[in-house]
Amino acid sequence: MESFLTEAEIEALLLSLKVSAVAVLAALPFAVGAALLLARKEFPGKGLFNGLVHLPLVLPPVVMGYLLLVSFGTKAPLGAWMLENLGIRFVFSWTGAALAAAIVTFPFQVRAIRLAIEAIDPGLEVAARTLGAGPLDRFVTVTLPLALPGVIAGAITAFAASLGEFGAIITFVSNIPGETRTLPLAIYSAIQTPGGEEAAARLAALSIALALIGLMLSEAAARRVKGLSER
Amino acid sequence: MTLQVRIQQHLKNFTLDVDFETAADGITALFGPSGAGKSSTVNAIAGLARGASGRIALRDQVLFDSEERIFLPPEERRIGYVFQDARLFPHLSVKRNLFYGWRRSHSRADQQTAEHIIELLGLEGLLERGIKGLSGGERQRVALGRALLMHPDLLLLDEPLAALDQNRKGEILPYLERLRDDLGVPMIYVSHSIEEVTRLADRMVILNEGRVAASGSIFEITARLDLFPLTGRFEAGAVIETQVAEQDPSYAMTRLDFPGGALWVPEIKLPKGADVRVRLRARDIILATESPRNTSSNNILKATVTEIRQDPGAFVDVQLDCGGTLLLARVTRRSLERLALRPGSQVYAVAKSVTLDRRAMLRR
Repeated sequence: MESFLTEAEIEALLLSLKVSAVAVLAALPFAVGAALLLARKEFPGKGLFNGLVHLPLVLPPVVMGYLLLVSFGTKAPLGAWMLENLGIRFVFSWTGAALAAAIVTFPFQVRAIRLAIEAIDPGLEVAARTLGAGPLDRFVTVTLPLALPGVIAGAITAFAASLGEFGAIITFVSNIPGETRTLPLAIYSAIQTPGGEEAAARLAALSIALALIGLMLSEAAARRVKGLSER
Repeated sequence: MTLQVRIQQHLKNFTLDVDFETAADGITALFGPSGAGKSSTVNAIAGLARGASGRIALRDQVLFDSEERIFLPPEERRIGYVFQDARLFPHLSVKRNLFYGWRRSHSRADQQTAEHIIELLGLEGLLERGIKGLSGGERQRVALGRALLMHPDLLLLDEPLAALDQNRKGEILPYLERLRDDLGVPMIYVSHSIEEVTRLADRMVILNEGRVAASGSIFEITARLDLFPLTGRFEAGAVIETQVAEQDPSYAMTRLDFPGGALWVPEIKLPKGADVRVRLRARDIILATESPRNTSSNNILKATVTEIRQDPGAFVDVQLDCGGTLLLARVTRRSLERLALRPGSQVYAVAKSVTLDRRAMLRR
């Protein structure tokens, strides 16, 4: 590994993995909640809510980054409040990169979980109810285990997509080596640097390998969901 | 010790307006054609559908009262529900399905009773299996066990046999009979099969177009002449309660006694004194005004005509009082006039032993 990648490149790879993992895990509970609402509940404004959830899919990433900057910048009310009360600073920090990746890949998670929940016979939850299970109990013992393959598939897809996020991250938290320079940003920097073609090629190959592994894992998880809904 | 149900509710296609009361023991059948409101009624009892107004009370516990704004959610009602499609949890083993409600019940069946229920349902060999490979009949037995293990105050069965083929039905019925006789959990049994109902139920509530058309004991209801349009005319017949009185092994026959007389039937291997329910189909009964002699029939019952139902067509239905037990007979209108039968006439009802086949004999 050391002969293949430079120290800075390994740093970028590890940072990418960290940012993606935190992004996916932090967004997961919210994604499950949103998927549950969309799959099982009727409420006013559901169409708008669905639109908001899926907005990052269609919005240019640079716009997402801009929106994050205006909301979570240290001078923006929300960003100032979080810095003061929670001690969380997003701007120019890897946590900001994770936030950007989490929001941009949120729709992938919600979509996979929602499909898995919709494939569950609601009659099973009704049956659990007659057997004395309350709402949380039903969710934990019936809905969630049956939707688990969908949750896993969504997480893997989101993780793979997070690894590739560029526009929102560079706009929101800039391109700081060791702090916010993830793989795609490192590739971008390499291309911008004279004589960096070789490094760019190495990192690109690495990205392709990671993406392929991610897709294969997500495909395997999706097959398992299908198998569950068919029996 | 009763279940009171009064619900008024406007649904999409019809209005549900039922009001009945039934003893909270044994099996009460909720009978009627599809779309009569049977499922809506049991869903209201379970709390799965919320009636617009009314009151549902089981023993001294009010489950729903629209005036007093009481609505107990289903998970707090302690009412077991066996669905037509079993609804077993596909991610759990048979054993974990069975004990799902048991774990959550405060007054669950003790270990010994739990084992007894599992044994009654013949599930001992399936416990470690998954749900995937189970047959329809096995699934329904697991669903029954799952509901019973939580030791419910009432068990609702919504057409539990409807999704099964004839053989599977025959496989489940004896289990239901054993549960009824052994566990003493009151049951509401939804069905549109008069055969299942007469075999299992003690009482019957007939629903039609969202209303209660009749309710009462199975013996009273099956002997009524005015309910044929709902219970089915072809299969009409009174159900009577008898006891095994004598065995005649040389001819392989059994004598069953009831207050109005005795019936010789093909051998039933039950001890003397055992209760046997017999369904005497109206079309299998012959009427005579004098005691017939030299007939092949073993069963000649003295009776009085109590009511005659005349419908357009060839047949008339006659209700008979046989020493306090009500019977039905179907004869042609021509025979009725020839014999000059009217309410009060003394007649002899002839029932051929061969018509009392296994399906007519319902072991209690």
